[in-house]
This record gives sequence, C-alpha cells and structure tokens, in this order.
Amino acid sequence: MSETSPQTVEQTESALVTASKAGDYDAFEQLVNRYEHKIYRLGLNITGNAEDAEDVLQETFLKAFENLPRFREDSRFYTWIVRIGVNQALMKLRKRRTDKSVSLDDPIEESGEIIPRDFADWKPNPEQLLGRTETREIMERAIQNLPLSFRTVFQLRDVEGLSTEETAETLGLTISAVKARLFRARLRLREELAKFFKRG
Amino acid sequence: MDCQDVFRKISDYLDGDLDAELKRAIELHACGCHHCEVVVDTTRKTIRLFCDGQWFELPVQVRERLHAVLERRCRGRQA
Repeated sequence: MSETSPQTVEQTESALVTASKAGDYDAFEQLVNRYEHKIYRLGLNITGNAEDAEDVLQETFLKAFENLPRFREDSRFYTWIVRIGVNQALMKLRKRRTDKSVSLDDPIEESGEIIPRDFADWKPNPEQLLGRTETREIMERAIQNLPLSFRTVFQLRDVEGLSTEETAETLGLTISAVKARLFRARLRLREELAKFFKRG
Repeated sequence: MDCQDVFRKISDYLDGDLDAELKRAIELHACGCHHCEVVVDTTRKTIRLFCDGQWFELPVQVRERLHAVLERRCRGRQA
C-alpha cells in the first residue's frame, strides 16, 4: 500500500482547485467528496437542526462553486469553505429566529470564574463501552447545550481544526475573545461528558 | 500555583500556548493534586473526542441529494 504525504495531498488539492476553476466539474466533485461530511457536521452542530444542516451543506458548496474564481488560494481550500459554511449556518439561525437576535457578540457568561465540579476519573476508552450511536448522541446534545457564541468558537477551533487566528478572523472576534470562549466551552463540555464517562 | 490558577490556564496549557516556566508549574501542581490531574486529563480527552471524525457520518440520502443539486446547477457551467 502506498502512503500519501500531506504535501502530496496539498498538491493534489491545489490541482483540483485549479481544475475546478477551469470548469472541470469532476474535479470540483472530488473536493466535495473530501469535505461534505465535515460541512454537514458543522451545519448540524451550529444550527442543531438536520433540515437546516442539509441546506447549509448544499448552499455552502453552491456558493463555493460560484465564488471559486475569487478564491485566491492564500488559505487552505478547507478553511475557505468552512468560512462559507459557518456564515450559511448563522444566516439559517437568523432566519429561524423571528427576533433576529443571533449574535456572536453576546458577552454571555464570559466573566466570572469557571469552577469544575466533577473530579472523578473517566473510564478507559469510555466511548467504546457506550457504543458509536450513543456516544454521538451524547456529544451532539452536549454541544447543542452551549450558548451559540461558545458553540461556534469550539466548532471552528477544536472540531474543524482552524487556528485561533483563523477562528477570530472568521467570526470577527478578537483573539482574546476566542480564547475566553474556547476555555469556557471546553470546560462545560467536559462537565457534560463526565456525567456519562466517569468511573463508578 | 493553586487549583484555580491551573483551571484558568488549562486551555492555553493544552494548546501549548504557555511559556516553559508556567507549563512546568502546572505540571508540578497537577502531579501532587488529583483533582487538577483529572481536570487536565479529561479536558484533553473531551477535545480529542470532538475532533475525532469517526463519530459522525453523512446520511446517504443527504449525500445523494447534495450531489444531484450540484450536478444540476454546476456541471457544464464555468465556476
């Protein structure tokens, strides 16, 4: 079996982007195949609604195709479509909420101490004991219970793997706001998962 | 360094954003404090679980509908 180095993957991706820009739909479809599940997960985690997540998925790739000529390739293709995806997901939320109050600037719960309450060790490989579906449901519920401003930061930084700077730029936040929200999101998720994964 | 200091710095610690002295102080404290050791370890596990794509699958029908829409709207069109 041959191994593919990250550099080869990048070169292949760059070639696919170039071909897509030249109108090669099959090349574009290969890019879609590579990232479709991630964009659907992003839509699902931010909107919390399967129907909206499917719309986000379709609209993200349609917009990506339409805007490919303007993609300057100074970031990874994936980072670029994640930015499109998160904007689509936030637009969905705004449309769903009649008061249009979806805002990432909400300073909700950003001040005050966060004190962990659960100090029990977790079981070794707890996710394997619970099974795939149950683990996924627990994780989806936990992320949905976070305030939107924490959820989006956690999604971009820890789930999608964007850097702190990329996350800040995508969401129009300062680096310190990203770090503060990420910290709170991580500790709150830990407390939620501890209910299921701890020993005893 | 007390437990509250560790909790405040935990995110930067896990991201490798602390200088060597602060990092060592946290590790030294966590070595002798079971609560902090657990919080650091389980926060790390939490992040790892969420960034692991194996828990997530794209439903087959959702994928089929996506490709049908893209095929109809994009094939044959210049990007």
